[in-house]
Amino acid sequence: MSGLIKSEPFTLNIGPQHPSTHGVFRIKVKVDGERIVDAEMVMGYLHRAMEKLAEERTYTQNIPFTDRTDYLASMSNNLGYVLAVEKLAGINVPERGNAIRVIMAELQRIASHCMAVGAFTNDTGAWQTPVMWCFRERERVLDLFEMTSGARLTCNYMRIGGVAFDLPKEFEPATRRLLADLPGFIDEIEGLLVGNEIFLARTRGVGALSAETATNFSLSGPMLRGSGIAWDIRKADPYCGYEKYDFQIPIGYQGDAFDRFIVRLEEMRQSVKIVQQALDALPGGPHSTQVPLALRPPAGEAYARVEGPRGELGYYVVSDEGPSPYRFHIRPPSFINLSALKEMTVGGTVADAIVVLGSIDIVVGEIDR
Amino acid sequence: MHPFLITDNWYDLRDLGNLSGRLLELLDDALPFGLVYVLAALIGFAASFLIFVLPSQLIVGVYGERKLIGRIQSRYGPNRVGPFGLLQPVADAIKLMQKEALTPKTADRALMYLAPIVFVAPCVLLFAVIPFGPNMVFADIPVAILYFLAVSSIPVLTTFMAGWSHNNKYSLFGAMRVVAMTISYELPLVLGMLGVVLFTGTLALQGTVLWQKELDIWLVFLQPIAFAIFFISASAELNRTPTDIAEAESEIVAGYLTEYSGMKWGLFYGMDIGYAIAAAAFGVTVFLGGWTLFGLEKWVPPWIIFIGKTHLFYFLFIWTRGTLPRLRIDQLMTFAWKFMLPIALLNLALVATERMFWIEQEADDSIVYAFAIINIIAAAAAVYGWSRALGYRPEETPLRPRLVSEAGGFVPLESGGEGAT
Repeated sequence: MSGLIKSEPFTLNIGPQHPSTHGVFRIKVKVDGERIVDAEMVMGYLHRAMEKLAEERTYTQNIPFTDRTDYLASMSNNLGYVLAVEKLAGINVPERGNAIRVIMAELQRIASHCMAVGAFTNDTGAWQTPVMWCFRERERVLDLFEMTSGARLTCNYMRIGGVAFDLPKEFEPATRRLLADLPGFIDEIEGLLVGNEIFLARTRGVGALSAETATNFSLSGPMLRGSGIAWDIRKADPYCGYEKYDFQIPIGYQGDAFDRFIVRLEEMRQSVKIVQQALDALPGGPHSTQVPLALRPPAGEAYARVEGPRGELGYYVVSDEGPSPYRFHIRPPSFINLSALKEMTVGGTVADAIVVLGSIDIVVGEIDR
Repeated sequence: MHPFLITDNWYDLRDLGNLSGRLLELLDDALPFGLVYVLAALIGFAASFLIFVLPSQLIVGVYGERKLIGRIQSRYGPNRVGPFGLLQPVADAIKLMQKEALTPKTADRALMYLAPIVFVAPCVLLFAVIPFGPNMVFADIPVAILYFLAVSSIPVLTTFMAGWSHNNKYSLFGAMRVVAMTISYELPLVLGMLGVVLFTGTLALQGTVLWQKELDIWLVFLQPIAFAIFFISASAELNRTPTDIAEAESEIVAGYLTEYSGMKWGLFYGMDIGYAIAAAAFGVTVFLGGWTLFGLEKWVPPWIIFIGKTHLFYFLFIWTRGTLPRLRIDQLMTFAWKFMLPIALLNLALVATERMFWIEQEADDSIVYAFAIINIIAAAAAVYGWSRALGYRPEETPLRPRLVSEAGGFVPLESGGEGAT
């Protein structure tokens, strides 16, 4: 039959304005019917030259910039940046400051994964319901952030040498209430989707990446762990005293969209465990060391990395003893995870491409910076 | 037929057919020739709007759906306009009418203009054969089931017109998907309905209702497979969520509706609900006993029973829409051809045997209860066995990730890790 009816592939622009690109991002796909034969990523629609702007501002003034790269995980971004500067300037953080950082980073991971899971299920077509459930729980995490830092999304909470404010006294009971409810919520989402045949059919085997491909593309975070590689910066290169906490790394089986989804769900459970432990063993003392406002670190360079919700989030800072960094660079996890998109989408259908894109959990603010 | 139910007195409001018939007679006497039809059409329009369209399409279809979906998603749903937000559909309609209906420069203007109009007409036609009560049926034609299935596939043409006319790739995608899917799902649907028809021996909808009333059994128990196939096919053809690939908003923006705005879009939206309610009404009539309710129709007006059942059936559509993800087009096709079609054929063979046995043995009517039990067991066995035969093994899919305590490299599948459940 194929000889009788002539057809030829045509180009379809998914984005920059599209409900499922999670921002202004564009994939130029060449489709043969429903099948994708070629995919090309076009990015840069949200470029704000953050890395260049950061060279004109002092080290402390740069913290709000990091909020605005990955706006769904501002705490993790703050943390990565201040760790890099502390490494550069040789500043020690008090015990309590470290514990608060861990609590905030893990709560941020829960909030970010809520969004990731919700948006991903929305891409598979579960019309808004899981998204709304996830938002409901994410709201409560954001309430905790508002309570401590005064802001919900762009918290600007970490400081070089510690955190901006100590925890308010209503923080602990509110967090414990949230931690008591979260496992039930995760079970609820799991009950709605994980056993669902349609969901399984849509995500199993879609966008599968072998462990080898995943490492070759230098992926990180749930993408890498979904492919069956036990790699977590919190375990491999602990910071902020993560070696003290007892938690496990969830890993997937074949690296498909479904594996990434269940890895994220399990990571939320592990985060709950970590926050619980950190709250139980919250040390007293100051929450921050005094650091001069116009910090001039000694000349040199430093790279610090944290396990952000989307993977290895690195900050590279070079100092020339001036008040502002000589060079400032971010290793955005979702940008590097996205580089494997073509590998995952070609050969699948348009509907698969959307699911794959959702499973990468991109934040365009971070990709374009 | 029960003597109590049918009295031809006009004041027997249990069946509005009596009143309207009497009214027509009176008007025919009083008015000059022909005018009665115009007047009757106007009265009929107003009455059907008040009795059916208003509660079904606006209150249940728009308001109820949004409210229920809202509750499923743990939010409030519309609650601003009017008491409890009840006027929200009106506000929406006014807003849509005020909006400009844009037409892209490259679009085929005539087709794009025509498609929403052609989309509306079959929906109205569908209700003509639906019996609301013993006398409340506009056209009790002997081939009503065939008529319904035929007329309900006209919208496919209009959705294709709409998708083609936009000159937009997303619309074309949606249109192609609609056509492919509908053709696939018509087949099992018709085969499923054939099973029903074999049992009842009639293609008339009123006849189907009376058959169920007489034997005191709903066809959903006698024909569980046909019911399941009807529900799935209907939701596929109506583009409701588990199968809404034609307008899959996360994939192809809005499918064939991408370029529509204003009231042109509004007609599609409104009539989508209309078609869903028509499908619900059809399903209730054929499978759930229509306007009967175990003798309660003597006391409660049958049309109220019927509308209530229709709305409950419609609730199933809302429910699936609120909770299920969407299938992919090739999975939908596979499901139709590899799963539903063989099971429908199996069902047909079973029904034919049972029907033959019933006639040959001249068995008592109560044998249908035995058939019902046999068919329910057979349906469960067929669905389970056939899915197993196609390679469905849920227990082999791990649903929880493996857990490891130390960061390292690649963990092979065999070495497992902890807590792999």
